[in-house]
Amino acid sequence: MVGNLSKRGYIAAHGGGMVSDKSKLTFWLLMAPLLIWLVTLIVLPHVGMFLVSMREKIGVREYQTSFANYEVFFNEPLYWNTFARTAYMSITATALTLGIGFPIAYYIAKLTRGRTKTTLFLMCLIPFWVSELVRTFGWMILLRETGVFSNVLQYLGLVSGPVEMLYNDAAIMTGLVYTSMLFMVVPLVTTLDSLDDSLIEAGYDLGASSFAILREIIIPHAMPGIVSGCIVVFMLSLGNYLTPILLGGKDSLWFTGLIYSQFITRFNWELGSAFGFLLLGLSSLIVFVGLKLSRQSLTKTMGQA
Amino acid sequence: MKSTLILSTAAAMMLSSAAVHAETLRLLTWGGYAPDEVIAKFEEKTGHKVEVTKSNNEEMIAKLRATNGGGFDLAQPSQDRIAGPQAEFGIYKPLDMSKIDTSLFIPSMLEATKGNTTVDGEVYAVPHIWGTSGLVVNTAAAGDVKDYVDLCNPAYAGKVSYRLKRPTLIGFAFSMGMDPFAAYADEAAYKDILDKVEAKLAECKPNVKTYWDGGDELKNLMRSGEVVASMAWDTGGWQLNDDNKDITFVAPTSGALGWIDTFALPARGRADEAAYAWINFVMQPEIAAMITKSAGNFTASQGGDADVDEALKAKYNASFPQEAIDNIKWYPSVPAGLEALEGAALDRINAAK
Repeated sequence: MVGNLSKRGYIAAHGGGMVSDKSKLTFWLLMAPLLIWLVTLIVLPHVGMFLVSMREKIGVREYQTSFANYEVFFNEPLYWNTFARTAYMSITATALTLGIGFPIAYYIAKLTRGRTKTTLFLMCLIPFWVSELVRTFGWMILLRETGVFSNVLQYLGLVSGPVEMLYNDAAIMTGLVYTSMLFMVVPLVTTLDSLDDSLIEAGYDLGASSFAILREIIIPHAMPGIVSGCIVVFMLSLGNYLTPILLGGKDSLWFTGLIYSQFITRFNWELGSAFGFLLLGLSSLIVFVGLKLSRQSLTKTMGQA
Repeated sequence: MKSTLILSTAAAMMLSSAAVHAETLRLLTWGGYAPDEVIAKFEEKTGHKVEVTKSNNEEMIAKLRATNGGGFDLAQPSQDRIAGPQAEFGIYKPLDMSKIDTSLFIPSMLEATKGNTTVDGEVYAVPHIWGTSGLVVNTAAAGDVKDYVDLCNPAYAGKVSYRLKRPTLIGFAFSMGMDPFAAYADEAAYKDILDKVEAKLAECKPNVKTYWDGGDELKNLMRSGEVVASMAWDTGGWQLNDDNKDITFVAPTSGALGWIDTFALPARGRADEAAYAWINFVMQPEIAAMITKSAGNFTASQGGDADVDEALKAKYNASFPQEAIDNIKWYPSVPAGLEALEGAALDRINAAK
């Protein structure tokens, strides 16, 4: 529609110009699948969800438009705290993933060649061939009281009785880092690959210490990869549902869990939708602050990594 | 040769004439309620096809609400969860009782269900399967757990489990000497009860290993010995008893909670004929016995327990002496809006440290 209208305007103004006409049509045709996908699967559901979130239930089948559902979030410390906890745990998980992922990525990108490189890269990828559910259950088998770790520790005589390692925050963190490792390693390997080795050699020639080279050459170069990896890992952790619920047990307060229970077990779609929007808004805000702090722009990081 | 041809033509004609009336019945039900052998018999007899989707109470309501009662032709929510959602979301349509063979049902159960699921003078459900929830106890490790509050005994710290759902709130309320069902109509009184239960469950939280969510999860916890006592359904306990003789279902002293799963027609279901045919088919005593074998619970079919195997009957009798049966607390219909109160209480319990 839009393409057609502007095309007609263009023809009227310039009295022809078939070449750019055609390329415009091609452009819109190529864009069509993306636009249809964005509008029908992302924009429309969000508009619908926003409208639902603005409905305040005042009686059986009686609703009025208001911000009451958003007020609930700000007035009930439980929901606030859960969100803050989710954000804080996700940021920690992101930092841990970066801390573990960076040396791995550096090793793969700079210290290996040819087949070894491919093999190592593939090894990072292999866990993702099975579904997230199976991976999480794998961790449950390892960590539970009658599980592998507990039995091994008892066999070695390091502990006297069964140890429960499941159902706590550390278990959630393990699961989150494990689940998102790949999404940190891939952009890091890509950006580190593009760093010319001669720059590092030049640094050594000029007498810089390893730490100075890391700080002055490698990290600045890898910054777009670091930031884009962090954004993806943070978003994945924040929106994760399975891992915190299964590994966290009775202490698994996670914001997505709250949204699920509002929709499914409480039949409170209005509050659930409001929560959904708050999650979207607050997570965008955190990413925005993160970009500002690291002095990166979204276009730059997403373009390079 | 010729006779086979005639036969196969006749068979084809019969099939096609059946196909004219044949519908696809999209059944929204619980695990075990529609065993394959029953479906095969039904399809053979009526020509209708059956597609089964397994679910639970909350999901059934959520699914039907999402489509305004479309996508399924027959649903099996519990009898207490029909009037409220119907008043609120209008997801069911009234039953045409003339199409149901009421002689197949146990009369008292049929009347009770009809009474509980009547909205504006229309009946919305008939009973199918009933059972109770109470305690599943490993008697060797926790023999003195007799009631819900006993789960909070410090002796079993880290070794008990329950669900974070409304039956837990109700069970604890009864166990603490209150009557939540009597307070259903009085929101303030119900809120008062919920506050006390909430405080108790928050205090009890350190005792809980984890809140279980699905039946298999609970069975795993009980089998491995990581959990020695839990709130659960009677069938779960009896199934565990097959693997470990120490584990069994115990009707709590304050009374097991009785539920009845029903048949209800979604508002925009398209295969009503097949739905009525399914109801009348599965309520026949011999089919009901097959379903009892698969689901582990008894049905509301008149005479349906005659063919049930002795082992299940024995377990049932062991868990339910006569006074325990008389003490079963049957869920009355949940008034619309009550779940919001319970939801907030459950959220706070989940957040308690």
